[in-house]
Amino acid sequence: MLEKEFQLKIGLAEMLKGGVIMDVTNPDQAKIAEDAGAVAVMALERIPADIRAQGGVARMSSPKMIREIQQAVSIPVMAKCRIGHFAEAQVLQALGVDFIDESEVLTPADDINHVWKHDFKVPFVCGCRNLGEALRRISEGAAMIRTKGEAGSGNIVEAVRHMRKVQGEIKSIQTLDSHEVVAFAKNIGAPLELVMYIRENGKLPVPNFAAGGVATPADASLMMQLGAETVFVGSGIFKSSDPEQRAKAIVTATTHYMDPDAVCKASEALGDAMPGLEISSIPEGELLQNRGW
Amino acid sequence: MSTIGVLALQGDFEKHAQAINKLGHSSVLVKDSASLVKSDRLIIPGGESTTMIKLIDRLDLREDLVKYGKSRPVFGTCAGLIIVASHVENSGFTPLSLIDLNVRRNAYGRQINSFIDDITLTTNGIETLYEAIFIRAPKITGCGNNTKPLAYHKNDIVMAGNENILVATFHPELTDDLRIHDFFLNHFG
Repeated sequence: MLEKEFQLKIGLAEMLKGGVIMDVTNPDQAKIAEDAGAVAVMALERIPADIRAQGGVARMSSPKMIREIQQAVSIPVMAKCRIGHFAEAQVLQALGVDFIDESEVLTPADDINHVWKHDFKVPFVCGCRNLGEALRRISEGAAMIRTKGEAGSGNIVEAVRHMRKVQGEIKSIQTLDSHEVVAFAKNIGAPLELVMYIRENGKLPVPNFAAGGVATPADASLMMQLGAETVFVGSGIFKSSDPEQRAKAIVTATTHYMDPDAVCKASEALGDAMPGLEISSIPEGELLQNRGW
Repeated sequence: MSTIGVLALQGDFEKHAQAINKLGHSSVLVKDSASLVKSDRLIIPGGESTTMIKLIDRLDLREDLVKYGKSRPVFGTCAGLIIVASHVENSGFTPLSLIDLNVRRNAYGRQINSFIDDITLTTNGIETLYEAIFIRAPKITGCGNNTKPLAYHKNDIVMAGNENILVATFHPELTDDLRIHDFFLNHFG
């Protein structure tokens, strides 16, 4: 039974592949995202760039606002709960959201434990910086993994670092002989059976998406070429000067990520991207990616 | 061995390509008309139908796909079914109208209502059970005279076809049971 439930969760993640998932804060933005060709929207009260600027505790969005977005669009609606806040996750499940992001963008509710996601019927996505973190989240029941990147920074460097790290560790597992697998699993803090799965299959057992810092069509193409199967765009769309055009352009660039002419054409008519942040200018304690483990 | 195209604008096209390859055919990911004409048959995968139809129009593929579907076999699964249907009840977009059927999107509800269940499948004149995966699935709410039901879940038609076009509301590409792909690739159209 559990296996079938998990198959259904991963199934929805499969349907989102090759697409763009966009952060939206109200029904109008959700409509813009859907019209641009988003495969899903992430409903949240403040986009990461604003959470970063305004500070304070960032919590699950209000159910009323999530419901309004659910009514505005026909594509899947995702929403975020705080790390470890299983009661927020229960509320989101009661609302019937299609995917829950247990997200470092919100202020963590539990600094030790993540949600035991197998208890839920709604699938979860979780962020990671490396393979060990990805596999710990999958063992807790995540049906989709995304890079953490550095949300709200408009800077792609952290997403690239995290994607390359995960892909690099997947490659190195393939070179291990059977004597070396247990030590490798111990060193990255991952369940042995998932490390064995990767050694055999050369990829994660769940879809692997990119998030955190995507601001341009070329950023989306870069992440797809590095092995992401879909991209999340948070602040990048609605913090730009031309959200509608930019949303469309990122969708087209994601479909044609291997075709530089198409990515070029998609980028041509765009205005200014969101202003970005140099990562070293962010105080260590304010890095969102360091939340969770 | 034939070359089977999988429309790869968005969705789980890789899963279809894997099923095609397992059955000994070669697969090609179709993102433009040049790769479309190279395909002997075409599969339109699961995914988000609104995203796919927008990309079809934005990339000027509508006319070519309609022309293709009038002469060569096409199989649409879930979102792919919605794309080839003649009428979508609860959506603003105009589908390709390659098969005479009405469809209602997300007819069972949201992801929490997605399910796996046995369906009764009739292919090559034989009736068998098949375990089908329904994800935010559409329902066929009406079929034209030319459209033949090929599978039922309870009282709902979940797979149907005319001379050229095969559709399923579920996802044969997400299971290891390759009977439906085998039917489309080797016994259909």
